[in-house]
Amino acid sequence: MAKIYSDCTPKNVNLNPKDETVDFILNYSKALSVISYNKLKFEALLN
Amino acid sequence: MKQNLIEDAVLVKNYIKGDENALSILVKRHKQKIYSFIYSKVYDRDITEDVFQDTFIKVIKTLKRGKYNEEGKFLPWVMRIAHNLVIDHFRRNSRMPKFDNTGEFSIFSVLSDSSLNAEKSIIKTQVESDVRRIIEELPEDQKQVLLMRMYQDMSFKEISERTGVSINTALGRMRYALINLRKVIDQNNIVLTN
Repeated sequence: MAKIYSDCTPKNVNLNPKDETVDFILNYSKALSVISYNKLKFEALLN
Repeated sequence: MKQNLIEDAVLVKNYIKGDENALSILVKRHKQKIYSFIYSKVYDRDITEDVFQDTFIKVIKTLKRGKYNEEGKFLPWVMRIAHNLVIDHFRRNSRMPKFDNTGEFSIFSVLSDSSLNAEKSIIKTQVESDVRRIIEELPEDQKQVLLMRMYQDMSFKEISERTGVSINTALGRMRYALINLRKVIDQNNIVLTN
């Protein structure tokens, strides 16, 4: 049998972020609040 | 499918107004595209996760600070942020090159741990104490020169000044000290190797 030298490109069936990453992002969004004072903006992470 | 009916622009607007659910819809809708895009550049799942996370942290901050101006281009905007973060990642890595150690060449074949392990350090202490004991057997004048030279790291000039003999005498005493040491070691079959 002839050798096949061409390499298949790896198929990434599951190219999705982990659930933990998505959860972290959503929780981060819930925890973050931006407070405006005059022209200044402050970020506050309320966990 | 009902989700897709709500446009990105509307979701972004709702999110800015405080609707956290809007963000979750946006993330779910676009996560695969953004994640694949990052992965196509970095080819590493862990780094992709990191960049993906950083991308959305930036998105969230910008939206909450009200700095986002809606032009109906939410996804291209997020893609641009991801792209910039990928560039940042490569820039950082080119400054601090890493060995991934996956190829044929292993970095650990050249690097070794120079500190002694428990066994070797015990042997070292034993050898050192043996040497000390043998030195004690030497005649006083030879012992004095050897200790000054080897343990106090003095030059022969300093030794000759300190002991009040000529440099040649000091050198001679050192020579005899070493000869005598070797003799004692041979006679008693002492192994002084690590």
